[in-house]
Amino acid sequence: MPDPAANSEDDIRQIDSRTFVIDQEDIDTDQIIPARFLTTTSRDGLGKLAFHDWRYDGEGKPLEAVSLNSLDTAECRVLVAGRNFGCGSSREHAPWALHDFGFRAVISSEFADIFRSNSARNGLLPIMAPEAAHNWLLANPGVSIRIDLASQHVDLGNGPSFDFEIEPFAKHCLMEGTDPLGFLMSHSDAIDAYEADIA
Amino acid sequence: MSPETERADKTPRSLFDKVWEAHQVRAETTETPGLLYIDLHLVHEVTSPQAFSVLDERGLTVRRPDRTLATIDHSTPTLDFAAGEGPPYATAAAQSQVERLQDNAAKHGITLHGWGSGHRGVVHVIGPELGATQPGMTIVCGDSHTATHGAFGALAFGIGTTEVGHVLASQCLLQRKPKSMRVTVDGETAPGISAKDIILAVIAELGVDGGTGCVIEYAGGAIEALDMEGRMTVCNMSIEAGARAGMIAPDATTFAWLEGREHCPHGADWDQAVAEWQTLRSDPGARFDREVMIDAATIRPMVTWGTAPDTGIAVNSPIPEPRSASQRKALAYMGLEAGKPVAGARVDQVFIGSCTNSRITDLREAAAIMSGRRVADGIRALVVPGSVAVRAQAEAEGLDRIFIDAGAEWRQPGCSMCIAMNGDRGEPGQLVVSTSNRNFEGRQGPGVRTILASPATAAAAAIAGHVIEPAELMEPAHA
Repeated sequence: MPDPAANSEDDIRQIDSRTFVIDQEDIDTDQIIPARFLTTTSRDGLGKLAFHDWRYDGEGKPLEAVSLNSLDTAECRVLVAGRNFGCGSSREHAPWALHDFGFRAVISSEFADIFRSNSARNGLLPIMAPEAAHNWLLANPGVSIRIDLASQHVDLGNGPSFDFEIEPFAKHCLMEGTDPLGFLMSHSDAIDAYEADIA
Repeated sequence: MSPETERADKTPRSLFDKVWEAHQVRAETTETPGLLYIDLHLVHEVTSPQAFSVLDERGLTVRRPDRTLATIDHSTPTLDFAAGEGPPYATAAAQSQVERLQDNAAKHGITLHGWGSGHRGVVHVIGPELGATQPGMTIVCGDSHTATHGAFGALAFGIGTTEVGHVLASQCLLQRKPKSMRVTVDGETAPGISAKDIILAVIAELGVDGGTGCVIEYAGGAIEALDMEGRMTVCNMSIEAGARAGMIAPDATTFAWLEGREHCPHGADWDQAVAEWQTLRSDPGARFDREVMIDAATIRPMVTWGTAPDTGIAVNSPIPEPRSASQRKALAYMGLEAGKPVAGARVDQVFIGSCTNSRITDLREAAAIMSGRRVADGIRALVVPGSVAVRAQAEAEGLDRIFIDAGAEWRQPGCSMCIAMNGDRGEPGQLVVSTSNRNFEGRQGPGVRTILASPATAAAAAIAGHVIEPAELMEPAHA
């Protein structure tokens, strides 16, 4: 595996990274970023609030025993989590916080719908792994892996490497670094026609 | 929108198929999602500021301010304040978030039901209350409980903030068609069983991810028998089974509830609308990707024992043995024991409110239990109506006196302790019986333990001081 530091921080077309594992199912967005921090009007700087109530005590002091607090996100940019990651609220603050914390991909066996679509729009790859690969990743924390978006392949080295699915347009936007708003606005004639039809 | 008669293809369609197809501006292809037109976009202060910022950065305007409706509910205090004083916000950030929405609404010509409006309230309470929510519509909001509006036969679902920006700018969403599921709750429920008990039983059956990727249609005798408030409670919690949306076919109950409401058509237009809405039913033979049947007669008053909404069981049933490490962790967090019922668990706070259960019938259900009784010593009971209008209606019926005389706090409308971002919350370790929708760790404040229940069960817990079946409280005391 090449040196993970060779990747530029925001290029997620190819990610070489070690994994960070949270072996827990049904991690909801209230765990990813508690609701009381949602009074922000910005999308920036939310990384310090990621998994806040797991990382800090009642006085807001970081808990030393929590490995998320000492994680080197230059090396560990891939979060591996239990089934049904990101369930609960629609808050896009969840992927904003994970991205700002330093993660560029989350691997699970299943994602909640809204979290998955929010993530793909914010430079955080949601990758559904088959059960065998998912179990292997959960059992082998910290392994070095390579995620290749173009070929939709995750190379697990000695583990059960796998191909993953991603919605083609989301992939296109991530590969090209464009966002879907332009595509949407390019259809204004069709929207005009639809509105004329229903008026 | 083509009327039924113009369709060449006679394949039976579901309610969801009909609403979806009527809103396709552009069909999806292998490479690109389709464009789905949005009839009504509901906006609140928490998930909109970053979307408006994107519009500003790109020099875009709001395409249809007339199809956009805003309110303030999540960050707003529920405490009274005197005329001439500002609302007692929990934090400066909460205040500035509300002010940001006020500015954005004014700038873009969007109607905002803010302070002083007779229709301020929880976004999923005021949409229907105003008649803005109508059968056959597509409705979105940056809020996962948008499925609530599906009770009227609308296709309604939660979206992220990026998508809020998309809808503001284009009135459309990029979507691929989700899968479909029909949940049939057949037969009749026992007396005293509410919509909340039904949906907690459904979620327990489906699991917290059983509806992932799906739009659910709820059908069957027990669903048809529900009033509109009950149907809203059911659809509201679809997301707690992972579903994008929940829908119920509109019927005479729906039309009677909507008639005369501010945003609904009137006169001949109303008659024509009802005629169209009556076609919004799943055709016989319509195909669903999955069908689930539940026998209504088996449903008892429900409570949750864990930290996910699919852990509902009957109040007096034993808590099941945990099946996974996550469930063991949840049980330890809740301080409950497998093999014993939740009944008897000592309660610290009771919350009656939220987009799930803050409407007039919910308050009547809680008041019927609290009437002539007192909240047990040491328990704080918070009753938070869903809107200014619900609060006024409750006061006209004298429900506020019942709550206040019982020793409960009668608050101003808002999301309050459901999401605990306005200052209303529990203390670490406290056990809260809540009529809201999520019992996640810390949802109602760091370290707070949440039990989800119906308004009747929550009110009974407030009176008894512990979890109890409401019917037991209603029985005369044994000598």
